[in-house]
Amino acid sequence: MMQFMLLFSRQGKLRLQKWYVPLSDKEKKKITRELVQTVLARKPKMCSFLEWRDLKIVYKRYASLYFCCAIEDQDNELITLEIIHRYVELLDKYFGSVCELDIIFNFEKAYFILDEFLLGGEAQETSKKNVLKAIEQADLLQEVRPALTGKAVIIIII
Amino acid sequence: MALKIVKGSIDRMFDKNLQDLVRGIRNHKEDEAKYISTCIDEIKQELKQDNIAVKANAVCKLTYLQMLGYDVSWAAFNIVEVMSSSKFTYKRIGYLAASQCFHESTDVIMLTTNQIRKDLSSPNQYDTGVALTGLSCFVTPDLARDLANDIMTLMSHTKPYIRKKAVLIMYKVFLKYPESLRPAFPRLKEKLEDPDPGVQSAAVNVICELARRNPKNYLSLAPLFFKLMTSSTNNWVLIKIIKLFGALTPLEPRLGKKLIEPLTNLIHSTSAMSLLYECVNTVIAGQYWESVGNLCVQKLRILIEDSDQNLKYLGLLAMSKILKTHPKSVQSHKDLILQCLDDKDESIRLRALDLLYGMVSKKNLMEIVKKLMLHVDKAEGTTYRDELLTKIIDICSQSNYQYITNFEWYISILVELTRLEGTRHGHLIASQMLDVAIRVKAIRAFAVAQMATLLDNAHLLTGNTQRNGICEVLYAAAWICGEFSEHLENPMQTLEAMLRPKVATLPGHIQAVYVQNAAKLFATVLKGEEGNTDGTAAQEASQLMIDRLPLFVQSANLEVQERASCILQLVKYIQKLQQKDVEVAEEVNALFAGELNPVAPKAQKKVPVPEGLDLDAWINEPPSESESEDEQPKAIFAKEEPKHSRPRHTEVDEKELARRREARKQEQANNPFYIKASPSSQKVYQEAPGVEHIPVVQIDLNVPLKVPGLPMSDQYVKMEEERRQKERAEKKKKEKKKRKEKRSGRGKKHDSAPESEEDITPAHMVDIVTEEMPENALPSDDDERDPTDPHKALDIDLDKPLADSEKLPVRSHRAAESQKSPTDGETENATLQEPKKKSSKEKREKKKDKERDRKVYDIQGNLQDGSQVVVSVIFENKCNSFLKSMEFNVLDSLNSKLQRPEGSGPHDGLVVPFQLPPGVSNEARFVFTVQSIVMPQKLKGTLTFIVKNEDDSTHEKLDFKLHFTCTSYLITTPCYSDAFAKLLESGDLKSSSIRLEGVNMPFHHLLARICFHHHFSVVERIDSCASMYSRSIQGHHVCLLVKTTVSIDAKCDEPTLLGNVLDEIKQTFSQC
Repeated sequence: MMQFMLLFSRQGKLRLQKWYVPLSDKEKKKITRELVQTVLARKPKMCSFLEWRDLKIVYKRYASLYFCCAIEDQDNELITLEIIHRYVELLDKYFGSVCELDIIFNFEKAYFILDEFLLGGEAQETSKKNVLKAIEQADLLQEVRPALTGKAVIIIII
Repeated sequence: MALKIVKGSIDRMFDKNLQDLVRGIRNHKEDEAKYISTCIDEIKQELKQDNIAVKANAVCKLTYLQMLGYDVSWAAFNIVEVMSSSKFTYKRIGYLAASQCFHESTDVIMLTTNQIRKDLSSPNQYDTGVALTGLSCFVTPDLARDLANDIMTLMSHTKPYIRKKAVLIMYKVFLKYPESLRPAFPRLKEKLEDPDPGVQSAAVNVICELARRNPKNYLSLAPLFFKLMTSSTNNWVLIKIIKLFGALTPLEPRLGKKLIEPLTNLIHSTSAMSLLYECVNTVIAGQYWESVGNLCVQKLRILIEDSDQNLKYLGLLAMSKILKTHPKSVQSHKDLILQCLDDKDESIRLRALDLLYGMVSKKNLMEIVKKLMLHVDKAEGTTYRDELLTKIIDICSQSNYQYITNFEWYISILVELTRLEGTRHGHLIASQMLDVAIRVKAIRAFAVAQMATLLDNAHLLTGNTQRNGICEVLYAAAWICGEFSEHLENPMQTLEAMLRPKVATLPGHIQAVYVQNAAKLFATVLKGEEGNTDGTAAQEASQLMIDRLPLFVQSANLEVQERASCILQLVKYIQKLQQKDVEVAEEVNALFAGELNPVAPKAQKKVPVPEGLDLDAWINEPPSESESEDEQPKAIFAKEEPKHSRPRHTEVDEKELARRREARKQEQANNPFYIKASPSSQKVYQEAPGVEHIPVVQIDLNVPLKVPGLPMSDQYVKMEEERRQKERAEKKKKEKKKRKEKRSGRGKKHDSAPESEEDITPAHMVDIVTEEMPENALPSDDDERDPTDPHKALDIDLDKPLADSEKLPVRSHRAAESQKSPTDGETENATLQEPKKKSSKEKREKKKDKERDRKVYDIQGNLQDGSQVVVSVIFENKCNSFLKSMEFNVLDSLNSKLQRPEGSGPHDGLVVPFQLPPGVSNEARFVFTVQSIVMPQKLKGTLTFIVKNEDDSTHEKLDFKLHFTCTSYLITTPCYSDAFAKLLESGDLKSSSIRLEGVNMPFHHLLARICFHHHFSVVERIDSCASMYSRSIQGHHVCLLVKTTVSIDAKCDEPTLLGNVLDEIKQTFSQC
């Protein structure tokens, strides 16, 4: 089972974090700092896996973002890479050729997509189409904020 | 009203939204912390507003700040508010924030139970989905217990979208509330055959996780999974199933046979590397090696030869797993693995090193180490080189030097390693040298000679300040030369080397060893010169010591100083004796007599605790706290009063003394830690045969020992090879003879393996001294399994039929209720633990020493039937005997009656449907009929039971009181603010109010407490006050208005009930 997933930039800035095991904030921060450092220190040609504490870390870099997952000893590294890739594809489909800024400015959307894809550290949906459909449906439910026209504002100010 | 909306919109327009916040943070790179602190202030303002949109926006921003590492735990209550919004937009943000920020110790979580339950049963599947997703992140044991049944119901929801989420979250629920596993398992099993592939795969995931931890409970599912495996085409599902079989086959060998065919097919046909890799892993774990093993190793070889670093890494990883069970299969790929040592990726090189560790045999150890030594020379970067160094030592020293046939070779490898530049591992090399020299007696002479060379060339090691770590080696060298100085060719020369002025630049602990061992050497020199009539050599040695030691006496290091001054005085005294021609050698040598044996690292732990020793018991009664507080100030102010409190007993008669002496001797005799004056164990060692009987090998000293810098280990490799060849030749001769003899019989066995492990005999008799253990050491029973492992609790037999008592905690009316009206019928699973009652029980426990069991009970109202109350009693057996035939009886009052089965009399007791072994607790439920609920009441009752001991059994009884509080008749019922307002306006309610004195806790804690203990729900919270609502089982409305000034205004249609409820609330807060 996946223990957590972190997204961070080449500069080591955290962009997204999802924890599937209960940990205190302090512990989370410590782990994040340690892992970001370790992963960034690795050379580009090195393989995507490393052993860390009693977990296995699987990471992959897409453009300027590192996607980093921690899995348990018996889990399959290659499938974790596939999961990371699938998540990137989902983001790509949703945002339309996703870039780091999309995730920064719409970070809650990135979480919603992740939550439709993984639950409690397990893949809940293997079909890309179904995940995107669920997200679109949920987005439709989201009421559009009443856009204030300039007129209305003026009236009130007067 | 319209104005309010417009006003809200304007507020919102001037608020920052998330995008503005992110942009702002990016624009304030220099003073980010300051900018964020102003933002947090703004957010705090926004959270105070009524508008839920503003609040949600604020919470969304907080979630972002939380990710940046800011503490947002103060906003937990606001997050709950946003979660309970009826609009999906806000609810979604609220749940996201909760899943990111909440953890088990977040106290507001207990406020969310009702809200989550409501969302779970929402007609909108996305509400349910959001709630499930959130819950998966912050589920606590309490939430798991309260919601398990709801989630289980969702596993059969009509929409697969909900089903798959519910199935997945069940795993988290099992972890937090293991009791739910058995009741929920049948349904989970059903889901394996769900028509929707997503749900199916979710069920496979959950069962795979469960089975990995406790495989034996899931063996019965094997046929079902076998069917799935042959029918499924989804690789992700297949991988999970194959993983599951990997866990099951070790327990059921027959499974292995069945699986061989499908597994082989998959391995041959699949193009997905992840699936192939999983198959190989399962093959490694299972019993299929004979038939598929070679295929796997072939496939792994392809992986390792692949240009993709990831595949190469995993290939090596899998190889290392194979190595543990089938080392031969891996050893044939030695070439490939040695190639990987040249890979540019360090993590792959390290993997290859790990593999080498397991691949060595007596045959190839020297060859492999030689290759590694080459790598050490080539290696760039100290970290990798240090890793190589530790690996070389690990490889050689593994399982008690099992693979080393020639220790001379090993010592020379160690000596070569000391020439490494800038290594941190000098200490490691040193400890190896010490270990080998101490434990391999046959090698001592050789080791001493090598160490003497090292000491002589110490300047090579210490010359460069960068190589600081390596000077640790000198520690070992000095000690070995000193301790085994009888093997030294020229002790005088070594003594001189050890007393050079340069030594004073070494670290203190090494100098100390130098000084101490110089003394040992000195003793050896004296002994050597004993026979000579001409005592000049001995006197020269004394003079050398006297000349050089003062340097160490001045050392800043205390240890060095002390040893040096001690020894200096000793030598001065010896010199005087020498001048008088007194024979001193023997006496000096006696100072260092005896052999130091290695002690096992676990020895101390294994010393058995002597009988009757209780380390936790107080030796003297601890002074009571109040006493020390009172007395200390007195001692300061009162001037030394003469203490006559202590009676002096100087005149103890002889008899008393003798008695005490005897007692002390007795005690010392029993005390293992007391060192007795009787003949010491040291002598035993000296007298024991052994040292003399060990064949000491004559060493060919033509080997150029004294040329530092020349790798000698190679020569040993050659020598060893020659020796082996010779041996082999001899063996062959013998073998031929044997073969001739055997041909007639059965000649099949000799075809394979030209040279097997056992054929290589060590170069010389090696006697590895085992480490000492204390006498009567306890056998090791280290249980490695972590007691805190949450999965341990899930080791539950799932095939046993469900007992009646095994139900998820839910009241009987729940199912019917939720069908009737999912929106308003939400009732809390009123779990009330009466604190007051418990304490009185405990009191009684103290009074009555022989209390057999403890009871805690919950009283729950039943909404379906306005006159029924369910009491769940937890019986816990706290004594050491078995309790059985328990009967529960209550003296009925006019108002409340225990419901008894039909046909039994009004005073009959109810049989408790279980027995209690020692230390076990169980829960039983009893139904009471209550007429009027406006007054609290107490019922007296008795519990009779049989206490069964090994030899006898007694009948006992326990009296108790059940306290039916008015609170227990209340049921948490959510209420919307408009309905609430209408209710208040209707004028049907009578009012009353109280003040709570001396309560100072945060307001939301206060609310949480009322919700929790008195079954209320918060209707609305505005600034400094909150309105709350609850309903009794007979339909009375109870409304509260709680203010931060801690006053409560209350309204209810039944004044008596209200008064009593308020009294109870008051009581709750008076206790804190």
